[in-house]
Amino acid sequence: MNWRRLWAVMLKEVRQLRRDRITLAMIIGIPVLQLVLFGYAINLNLRGLDAAIADEAGTAGSRALVMDMLATDVVVPARDARTPQELMALLKRGEISVGIAIPADFERRRIDGRPVAQVLVDGTDTVVQSAALQLAQVPLEARRLDNASRADAGSDGRRARPIEVVAFYNPERRSAVNIVPGLIGIILTMTMVMFTSVAIVRERERGNMELLIATPLSRSELMIGKVLPYALIGLVQTTLVLLLGVWLFQVPIRGSLVDVYLASILLIVANLTMGLLISTKARSQFQSMQMTFFVFLPSILLSGFMFPFAGMPKLVQWLAELLPLTHFLRLIRGVMLRGASLWQLWPEVVALLVFTVAMMALAILRFRKRLD
Amino acid sequence: MSDIAIRARGLTRRFGDLVAVDRIDLDVPRAAVYGFLGPNGSGKSTTIRMLCGLLTPTAGEIEVLGLRIPEQAEALRRRIGYMTQKFSLFEDLSVRENLEFLAAVQGVPKARTRARVDQLVEEYDFADRQRQLAGTLSGGQKQRLALAGATVHAPEMLFLDEPTSAVDPESRRDFWEKLFELADGGTTLLVSTHYMDEAERCHRLAILDRGALVADGTPAELTGALAGRTFEARAAQPRKAQRALRGVAGMLSAAQIGNTLRVLVDADGKGIESRLREALSAAGVEAAIVAVQPNLEDVFVAATQRGGEGGRAREHAA
Repeated sequence: MNWRRLWAVMLKEVRQLRRDRITLAMIIGIPVLQLVLFGYAINLNLRGLDAAIADEAGTAGSRALVMDMLATDVVVPARDARTPQELMALLKRGEISVGIAIPADFERRRIDGRPVAQVLVDGTDTVVQSAALQLAQVPLEARRLDNASRADAGSDGRRARPIEVVAFYNPERRSAVNIVPGLIGIILTMTMVMFTSVAIVRERERGNMELLIATPLSRSELMIGKVLPYALIGLVQTTLVLLLGVWLFQVPIRGSLVDVYLASILLIVANLTMGLLISTKARSQFQSMQMTFFVFLPSILLSGFMFPFAGMPKLVQWLAELLPLTHFLRLIRGVMLRGASLWQLWPEVVALLVFTVAMMALAILRFRKRLD
Repeated sequence: MSDIAIRARGLTRRFGDLVAVDRIDLDVPRAAVYGFLGPNGSGKSTTIRMLCGLLTPTAGEIEVLGLRIPEQAEALRRRIGYMTQKFSLFEDLSVRENLEFLAAVQGVPKARTRARVDQLVEEYDFADRQRQLAGTLSGGQKQRLALAGATVHAPEMLFLDEPTSAVDPESRRDFWEKLFELADGGTTLLVSTHYMDEAERCHRLAILDRGALVADGTPAELTGALAGRTFEARAAQPRKAQRALRGVAGMLSAAQIGNTLRVLVDADGKGIESRLREALSAAGVEAAIVAVQPNLEDVFVAATQRGGEGGRAREHAA
């Protein structure tokens, strides 16, 4: 390793990058855009579902129940309905997502302890469904407790809430808290893999590679020199997401900031080596973009960023264990939200290191300083 | 130190079934401009790439500057410059940035880099374009910059793969002036080309055809070997004369050049001149046959026997 040659490659890369406006725009634009989109638009904790209420009882008690349901903000009245049949028609036409039907014998059912109302949910969207389910429970229990509080409250209350769930770390159930740390991983996976693979393939496509391999430049000088500037860019992106996450969404950083950056560096290096490996295989910049998506899509879907890891079949879970993003998500959520240290999460650190070493070895083996 | 820069024996390269280079023997003397003349696809680039260690030969031995190639290719890279057929400097770096990068990569000592780049900028006439991006240079300027880049570490040997294929005639002349300056300074140059006028300028040259080396020597030796075998037929209707000459025994080629036909004949062409005249008068074509000095184009046609009309004439004669 000759430091002067390594430095020359890095300097060249930075100079070229400085003149590449679109790539520069992507470096800043992708994190900001994704953060705002995921943070604001994608909200798994639903509020404001369109609803209609058919109150056939019309008693003071039933009206109070409706008011309690509306007070949760999960539903807002959007249409008028008088019968359950009208609710079904509205649901079918897609004009409402939730219908609340209160039968005429509401008061007698309440005394008998039978279900007093029905919540009809458009189940085509499972997220809407689960939001509405939570809506159906809370107000009913509130009413029961209300009644029971005058008489012997204790036993009744315990029956209503047999298992108590205590949510740590994100009690307000804000999606942004869950999404922003993961977003660092998503952005780093997308940009790091793509930038490095494109950067090397571009030299081959433009004919620069033939010149470079005819010089004393070594394989590792060329690869490391080309990749290191992008590692710095990755840290800039990490910082950007952290700053915006804290500023716009009040995402907590409960662990140490050093651990957050160390975890990010681990992912950056893992992704850069994967980009290098892709670059040894791809024949054009377009091909390397395509290959990047083969990595990026499973990463988004399987890593646990979008869907809970526990819900996946065993085979898919094993596949997901091969993706660096899966391990990074466990690290970053652990450090940022649970305040864990990297030491406590050492298996994930080891997994990322092993991945990096394997990819780097493969890339250097595959990269030949020959044209044949 | 031997006065041979490159020695190759039985150099062969196959790509699958295609034999791109077929058992070439080569001796290139030091401090000279050595030319590779041949049409596209004749194996010039493949040979050059094998000589610089970028391609592994399928068979054969190579020795460049006393180093065995491809085994000692890394050691060779410090001592040679290579100018690719396609412009391969960085289009989004400036003239100066490109030269600085190459100086660092080629191991020019840091303390000397600035002076060396200044010197190249001056010599290659980029004084007022140092900050211009290489991608915005003209074809001739790009070639000049590529040559400056290839010589940044003052290599003993330069490989130039069709350096002037995309350059106007005036730039080509200037470019060749630079090459001779380098040769005078002791650099060995190996230049491939498909231009006859460029081949004529070389100290020595090798003619390649379909992967084989079909002739080599100094331009004078090569043309001298054809003495007495070249004629010119001046006719009012050259195409008609060309048809009339087709099939004359011993004629290799009759190529039209403007209003004249350039005729190349076999080595043992006794009485060929009168046979040509007879053929013309038999066809009722009025033409004068004059003996002329052979040139490299004739050498090329004689060596490859692919002179268009001549090729067919040869088949008829056989």
